[in-house]
Amino acid sequence: MTSQLAEDAGAETSPREEARGRQADLKPKNNRAWFLVLPVVVSVAFTAVIPLMTVVNFSVQDIFTPTDRIFVGLDWFRSISRDPEVRAAFLRTLLFSAQVLLVEIPLGVAIAVCMPRRGVSVSVALVVVALPLLIPWNVVGTIWQIFARGDIGLGGWTINNVLGIGFNYTLDSTDAWITVLLMDVWHWTPLVALLAYAGLRSIPDPYFQAAQIDAASAWATFRHIQLPRLRGVLTIAVLLRFMDSFMIYTEPFVVTGGGPGNATSFLSILLSKIAVGQFDLGPAGAFSLLYFLIVQIISYVFFTVLTRSGR
Amino acid sequence: MADIRLEGVGHSYDGGRTWALKPMTWTWREARAYALLGPSGCGKTTLLNIVSGLLSPTVGRIWFGDRDVTSVPTAGRNIAQVFQFPVLYEQMSVYDNLAFPLRNRRYPKAEIDQRVRRVSQLLGLDEHLHRRSRRLDPGRQQIVSLGRGLVRSEVAAVLLDEPLTVIDPALKWTLRSKLKEIHRDTGHTLIYVTHDQTEALTFADEVVVLKDGEVVQSGTPAELFLSPAHEFVGHFIGSPGMNVLPAEVAGGLVRVGEAVIGRAVGELPPGPVRVGVRPEFVRVSAARETPGVKARVKGVDRMGAYHLVRADVDGHDLVAKVDAGSHHTPGAVEFFHFAADGAFLFRDEVRCGSIAPLEGGQGA
Repeated sequence: MTSQLAEDAGAETSPREEARGRQADLKPKNNRAWFLVLPVVVSVAFTAVIPLMTVVNFSVQDIFTPTDRIFVGLDWFRSISRDPEVRAAFLRTLLFSAQVLLVEIPLGVAIAVCMPRRGVSVSVALVVVALPLLIPWNVVGTIWQIFARGDIGLGGWTINNVLGIGFNYTLDSTDAWITVLLMDVWHWTPLVALLAYAGLRSIPDPYFQAAQIDAASAWATFRHIQLPRLRGVLTIAVLLRFMDSFMIYTEPFVVTGGGPGNATSFLSILLSKIAVGQFDLGPAGAFSLLYFLIVQIISYVFFTVLTRSGR
Repeated sequence: MADIRLEGVGHSYDGGRTWALKPMTWTWREARAYALLGPSGCGKTTLLNIVSGLLSPTVGRIWFGDRDVTSVPTAGRNIAQVFQFPVLYEQMSVYDNLAFPLRNRRYPKAEIDQRVRRVSQLLGLDEHLHRRSRRLDPGRQQIVSLGRGLVRSEVAAVLLDEPLTVIDPALKWTLRSKLKEIHRDTGHTLIYVTHDQTEALTFADEVVVLKDGEVVQSGTPAELFLSPAHEFVGHFIGSPGMNVLPAEVAGGLVRVGEAVIGRAVGELPPGPVRVGVRPEFVRVSAARETPGVKARVKGVDRMGAYHLVRADVDGHDLVAKVDAGSHHTPGAVEFFHFAADGAFLFRDEVRCGSIAPLEGGQGA
């Protein structure tokens, strides 16, 4: 290594330069730079790792009172993973996330493609599209809870009285499901649209000019120029939308409270019922860790598949 | 194929307040290789995009032969255009990239295959046909994007917009020769935009120099070098560029300061002019010979094969290119002589005359 460095330095290598080369060789072994990461490690420890460890602590014990507890090993994990209610909620949440992705990603991309590329209308379009993102979760829930009501809600009333279709999300489980799904689409498609719009805007003009010269149709331009170049932002969009929709809590809690029956009780709603409602900290701890693990695994799979498919 | 004629074509990006391209009439003759040379922002790309139809001119008409294409969209003009960086359909193989413009135009499959293979052979892409285009090196990628233009029949012109910008310097030379080869083999009209004079001069049959949206001179590389019609051409072409010194025409004689350097040739009313002379046509001697300009040597740059003697004439720089063997000391006062056929007179930056030796004058 040293001799190579000396060679690189050229013919006029002096002993001093050689010494400097040796020093450069030693430098990578100095690990003090790791101390620079310390603040992050400390803050992450306090905000994430330690709370997570308490959850781990709960998940392996049966706690009766703060002083009265038994170590139960993996019993809670076993019972939670076999619980039919948890399994049903898992499938329900998975279905919900799948539907959210299937609707929001294409719709978001379509909106982005239709948004203006230049002029004053750009800012107008951006503000209008971004509006739902600025509304707090529980307010979104409240808006939709009222909007979808058959008696006083604009949407629900229109469906019942103008279209003549019976619609009641408090009684009919399909109606409740549709309401929650539509709400999520309304709330979060703008995020996908904005990400996709940013991706589209970063495509240099010559790509579109070349497509014009090659007489490519609008669809071919989209398929062969725009879509391939959206891969990066769409990977982010898919991951964000998957994680968020898989962990959705506030909005369905406000609109349906998980009902009617169990129709919209997603994993998070069930979890909070066990943890906060019944105060079963052991099962809730095990549930949380499993939940966390599932989100991690599915996100990892998405990420790997989406980034590899482009090579 | 036919001549491409611009009739009063001009373009303004701000509704006519300023012209990015001043209205001009110009003909690109069939099968010639042109270089469009000029500094950044002089309207080169605008002019190119008007020819290819990506931009529709504010005023004027465009003719391909006897066909008025002013309102014909890009796809209908059969132009091949290569951009500053490789523009490829990155997900596609090289083959599919080349076939793409033909498939869009619904050519029969057998003909597509035949054309793609012909072009790939011409461009030396045969062994890469089935690789993904994004995995090629930038030089080959540029070749592929050029190929996409060449597969069509009846290519009206090949437009290259600084195509070697992203290419490794070592490869530039190879690629430029490749382009020349393609030009020779296909006989397409070629318009090559560049701001690099070496590129322009080595490549083109005819160099068109553009400045501030107008053509200031066009001609063969030698013409532009030996006989600049505009001060800008003198500056921009040649390295170092042409010297320009303020002078005075009076009584048919040209004076720089006190020194008479020759007779003014051309219809020239007396008054201030500027003398333009390339460093190659300046000779330095220690003794006064008439006509000659006295100047103090400021420094000598050793360039290897030659020296550049930098001097000061009443506050104006003068550079002479001299043999590597000669000796000039900074601080010394020497005499600078201008070759008669290498010195020109400019007024308002435009050439208005030349300089002839004085009758019976020695030296020059």
